[in-house]
Amino acid sequence: MTSIATAGASVTEQHAAIAGARPWQRLVLLAVGLLVALGLPWFVYPPVAMDIAAWALFAVALDLLLGYCGLLSFGHAAFWGGSAYATGLIAIHLGVPFPLAVLGGAVFAMILAVPIGYLSVKRSGIYFAMVTLAFAQMLFFIANQASSLTGGENGLQGVPRSFFGIEAVETDAFFFYYAALPIILLGMWAAWRIVHSPFGRVLVAIRDNAPRARALGYDVERYKLIVFVLSAGLSGLAGGVFAVSHGFVALPELHWTTSGEVVLMTVLGGIGTLWGGVIGAGLIVMLADYLASSGFDGIGIVTGGVFVTVVLLFRRGIWGTARHLWLNRKRS
Amino acid sequence: MTSTTPTPRCALRTEGLTKDFRGFRAVSSVDLEVAEGTVHALVGPNGAGKTTLFNLLTGFLKPTSGRIMVFGDDVTGMAPERITHRGVARSFQITSLFENLTPREHVEIALQGLTNQGLRFWRSEKLLGRRRDEVDRLLAEVGLTELADKPTGLMAYGQKRALELALVLAVEPKLLLLDEPTAGMGIEDVDRTIELVRRIAEGRTVVFVDHNMHVVGQLADRVTVLQQGSVLAEGPYDEVRADPRVITAYLGEAHSA
Repeated sequence: MTSIATAGASVTEQHAAIAGARPWQRLVLLAVGLLVALGLPWFVYPPVAMDIAAWALFAVALDLLLGYCGLLSFGHAAFWGGSAYATGLIAIHLGVPFPLAVLGGAVFAMILAVPIGYLSVKRSGIYFAMVTLAFAQMLFFIANQASSLTGGENGLQGVPRSFFGIEAVETDAFFFYYAALPIILLGMWAAWRIVHSPFGRVLVAIRDNAPRARALGYDVERYKLIVFVLSAGLSGLAGGVFAVSHGFVALPELHWTTSGEVVLMTVLGGIGTLWGGVIGAGLIVMLADYLASSGFDGIGIVTGGVFVTVVLLFRRGIWGTARHLWLNRKRS
Repeated sequence: MTSTTPTPRCALRTEGLTKDFRGFRAVSSVDLEVAEGTVHALVGPNGAGKTTLFNLLTGFLKPTSGRIMVFGDDVTGMAPERITHRGVARSFQITSLFENLTPREHVEIALQGLTNQGLRFWRSEKLLGRRRDEVDRLLAEVGLTELADKPTGLMAYGQKRALELALVLAVEPKLLLLDEPTAGMGIEDVDRTIELVRRIAEGRTVVFVDHNMHVVGQLADRVTVLQQGSVLAEGPYDEVRADPRVITAYLGEAHSA
């Protein structure tokens, strides 16, 4: 477990990254990040920009679990897709403004995560991954069977985008992006807050050395369960926004390939970097969009190739490698 | 608590403590009694079951049979973190730290281990800095003041062992279990550690494992010798050292080693 989690950066480097990031550097990074987030739909087709933002939050949520607690979930589609369906159903049947529906979806994902997390955090390593995968697949089959509620294979159609009667947002993807972006940014801020809290510090300790943390009086399973539920909630925010943005929920949102895709994005960006997932998500979504629009249907081959290349050549992921180079440049 | 306690209070008592690993009996009906405020050494050749016994006492292993009482309360089968909450702290034989945290962060984490502060995911980590005086005092006590904010991964072995002790102290234990506090140390570090353990033993009960008889002689009020999972001898250091059975067990080990 430890080797997975700390593969991203060496001890000294992680430390240098903590100690070396000066306030002005952090502010510059924050400003650049916000500018990119605000400018994205000017350069990218707005619905795709929204996809990038949603997947980015999903990847950040996964990294909270994988990078900071060393738990590789292979069933996060359950929370992304589960929230997508819940958000869609709330929006369809209650007609509430979409941020409320998304919030409802996230709460549903968290409730779902309590029993799943309770049963899976008792296991670690590959067994944890398998248990989470099994639960997600169960949910997939339930959603497929309960077609009167979910639409089964046809998906959940006609998810409205109500937003206080503001027509621009409700009909135009460009304006919708700006209405939904605060939800994504709020989710990212929450992830940052969690990582840099007393709780986050304990998570890193548990990741590094769980028996030691127990000997210090920490109920390790309780911490793992809490971070699991928090990660599910943030994944749920992302999944809900995704559902509203598309106006329907497709069954594959719950499929294991969705779980795999978000792991891919996180690893690509850099495990344990938190913001690496944003880069990973941007890259994969744009690549998939470019390939799809140019009529190439072997997207998996290309993203898989990129993944293998990055894992073999840049083990730290894109963000991790960039950080590594930056720190070395300063040192020499 | 209802059991009669005629003699000075027992910090730790085991009754018939036994642990089997797939037919191999690692610890065999061990009865141990450690009076409050004393320093008690567990010695024995390799494979005598010392570390297994430690893991049983701290909840990391569940005993096959027998009971463990800490300050009169039955803690048999309790989870490690709950035993810690009862005032029992342990160190580990193999240096067991959090690679990515500095010594200061280690002690901060250890200090909040008994509180629920660690659950506050909505607060800033600056909250951890509030107990700075305590952190500084603990780091000073083990001589790590200058290394407080350096990466732990780069520290020398002796320094890591010292940090282990700081962590053990941070949970304000009444009963300390030290698994080979001087393992792998050079002479100078050993003497410094003896000094340190003697200092922290004041007002506390200490049970420790060590191979180094010099350390045992310097620190222990009483000694329990284990062999093949059972108690071979028990008593004050000088008495135990002179016990012919102990000499045989130890010399036999020394010759074969």
